Amino acid sequence: MTPSENWTPDQPIVALRDVHKSFGTFEVLKGIDLTVMKGEVVCIIGPSGSGKSTLIRTINGLTPVTRGSVQVEGQEVHDGNLDKLALRRKVGIVFQQYNLFPHRTVLQNVMMAPLLVLRENRKEVEARARELLAKVQLHGKENAYPAELSGGQQQRVAIARSLCMRPDVMLFDEVTAALDPETVGEVLLTIKQLAADGMTCILVTHEMGFAREISDRVYFTDAGRICESGPPASLFDNPQDPRTQEFLSKVL
Amino acid sequence: MTAYSVTRLTWRAPALAAGLCVAATAAAMAQQGGEARPSAVATLVIWMPFILEGFVLNLVMSVLAMAIATVTGVILGFMQISPSRIVRVPAKLITHLFRNSPWLVILFAIMFLIPFQIRLPGGDTVMIPDWVKATIGFALPVMANISEILRGAVASIPSGQWESAESLAFTRIQTLRYVILPQCIRRMMPPWMNWYALLTLMTPMAAILGVNEALGNTQAAMEAAGARPELLIPFYLFLMTIFFVFIYPISLYTRRLERRFATGS
Amino acid sequence: MLDLIAPYFERLYDTTGLNFSPFYDSYDWSRLLEGMLVSVKLIAAIVAVSLVIGVIGAGAQTSRLRPVRWCVAAYIEIFRNTPPIVQLLFFYFGLGAITPQVDMGGWYEPMIGSFGWAVIAIGIFGGSYNVEIFRSGVEAVPTATTEAAESLGFSNFKIFVYITLPLAFRFCLPALTNNIVSLAKTASLAYVIAVPEITYSLSGIWSDNVNVPEMMLLLFTYYIVLVAIIAKAMALLERKLALPGYGQ
Repeated sequence: MTPSENWTPDQPIVALRDVHKSFGTFEVLKGIDLTVMKGEVVCIIGPSGSGKSTLIRTINGLTPVTRGSVQVEGQEVHDGNLDKLALRRKVGIVFQQYNLFPHRTVLQNVMMAPLLVLRENRKEVEARARELLAKVQLHGKENAYPAELSGGQQQRVAIARSLCMRPDVMLFDEVTAALDPETVGEVLLTIKQLAADGMTCILVTHEMGFAREISDRVYFTDAGRICESGPPASLFDNPQDPRTQEFLSKVL
Repeated sequence: MTAYSVTRLTWRAPALAAGLCVAATAAAMAQQGGEARPSAVATLVIWMPFILEGFVLNLVMSVLAMAIATVTGVILGFMQISPSRIVRVPAKLITHLFRNSPWLVILFAIMFLIPFQIRLPGGDTVMIPDWVKATIGFALPVMANISEILRGAVASIPSGQWESAESLAFTRIQTLRYVILPQCIRRMMPPWMNWYALLTLMTPMAAILGVNEALGNTQAAMEAAGARPELLIPFYLFLMTIFFVFIYPISLYTRRLERRFATGS
Repeated sequence: MLDLIAPYFERLYDTTGLNFSPFYDSYDWSRLLEGMLVSVKLIAAIVAVSLVIGVIGAGAQTSRLRPVRWCVAAYIEIFRNTPPIVQLLFFYFGLGAITPQVDMGGWYEPMIGSFGWAVIAIGIFGGSYNVEIFRSGVEAVPTATTEAAESLGFSNFKIFVYITLPLAFRFCLPALTNNIVSLAKTASLAYVIAVPEITYSLSGIWSDNVNVPEMMLLLFTYYIVLVAIIAKAMALLERKLALPGYGQ
């Protein structure tokens, strides 16, 4: 996907406008507006079942929207003519359950998509993959199989796997929710480094302290709507919406 | 993915089977041409009662064999989990032997190795009819499989059940009888029914040994009707249909049980 | 080979009356070898046919066209709920009667012989089980895993080839082993249409020599060994394909 001719890097890299999503008669998203600038780190917080995961999955087209517009670099995502491959190259996603390919080694997991999908040169891909694995502190685990690793290690492989496609935007869907407490820290550290490198990140998370520390902007969602958004300091210390106040009083 | 499950399409399969049947008989009738002999279908109608009569013997053999297999299989299964080696090892060997041999081979073995008559202690001799021998032959593989199913079911009961029964001073037999077996029965129902269905489907093999069951009668009927080639398709299709009509509901019910056990509790 | 063991088995026959004729009589020896060879060939062909049908059927079951799915469902139900021996006779005699004959230069031979019909009939019978086995294997692949591939830009075809298929095959191996063993045993049904496999050739030997118990022993041994070999081979395959740390 080449960026739309009209798009310039000073415009939002991700823009959602009035996004609605229904599963059958159940409306999960009831009109979401959200914009993310290049290099920004955005966290989406809110109670379970508020549609956060659905929201983030619309951005790389895994979940089609019912109504509204989702644009990445000025290109409409939910458009029949869209080149899905190009979109997915631009937008990486990391899941709660890691979803590594259990029949491939760590290194193969990371290399598979660039080799098979982008048909890149094997040597270059391997060099990049090894570098990424070192970056996520998994040097020496290249030939292990996913099931031999801890949850935190698997999740870092998943991050490296997405990064190997050299995306412009990374989506993180509750990536620490399934982890043992002692491995949460290593994954958060990896994401923090990524953010520091200037990667555009959109995270759905329950880690409030982390959200506060890392985000440029925090969105609070409830029942399919964005109730409130703002810089972390103001949203966490001085929430305006009663639902935000109630939620934060429970989790903080 | 599950939306494509076969089991949801239940009524369509028999409909198709019936359609196939009609098409094949129609083809057979078309071959018949304008000759004066009764058509293949008319011949089939004449012989239907005879074939169905044979089918009754298939049912009798299947029920008897299943009864024998269940009783002996459960005993053999318990022997397999006996703490005593002398009991356990032969039970395992018998189970292994009859699970891994073809039905036909077991059937032959029984047919040739059991004498056709036995002498009672009083001096009278009793003939053993072939269909009784065949019944025993069909019971053996099912027995071995029931033995294995029982062993598996008992192994799947958590060890806490054994321990708590032991702590209540139950003997081993009592534990098996009152604690373990009742919990196994539910689990064993679907495979037990599967084996009944399979056993019934194997009973026509008795025809090889000259038992006058459905297949034997079908072949005899075709012979009697002049051994015309155009009879083959309608007669065999009819035979398959009888079995299908009997077995299919059992399969459906078994599958329903399996699903209920898989999802429920 | 026969020369080596013949004296021993001849003496065994003379002293105990145990008549293992294939082990000293060269004609029976050749019948035994031929029977084993045909049996192994038959089983291999049947398993191959059933696997191909299984994969095609499992694929067809996911078809968007309803009639295709109905046909697969009907096929499975018909072949799993009717006696395999009648299926075999139906194919061999019923369909065999209407297949064209081939001119062999003076005499005519059916296009498909008894071996061919046994492979077709028992292969189709076994395939009806394999369809279900492969389908459940494919269903056992978590959607989350295929979704991860999708989000990395894999096309549907690549997802199927690189993710779904290798995982599904591993998941269905135990069930597949059972079915292959069961097919190996069912192949003995070919006896009824006079395919000269092991049961048929041994029955020839025992009617000539009246040594049923000895030949029965041989037959049971053959199957025990055969099943053990198949089970061993499949276990090796399973171990080779096992994913370290997975599913424990």
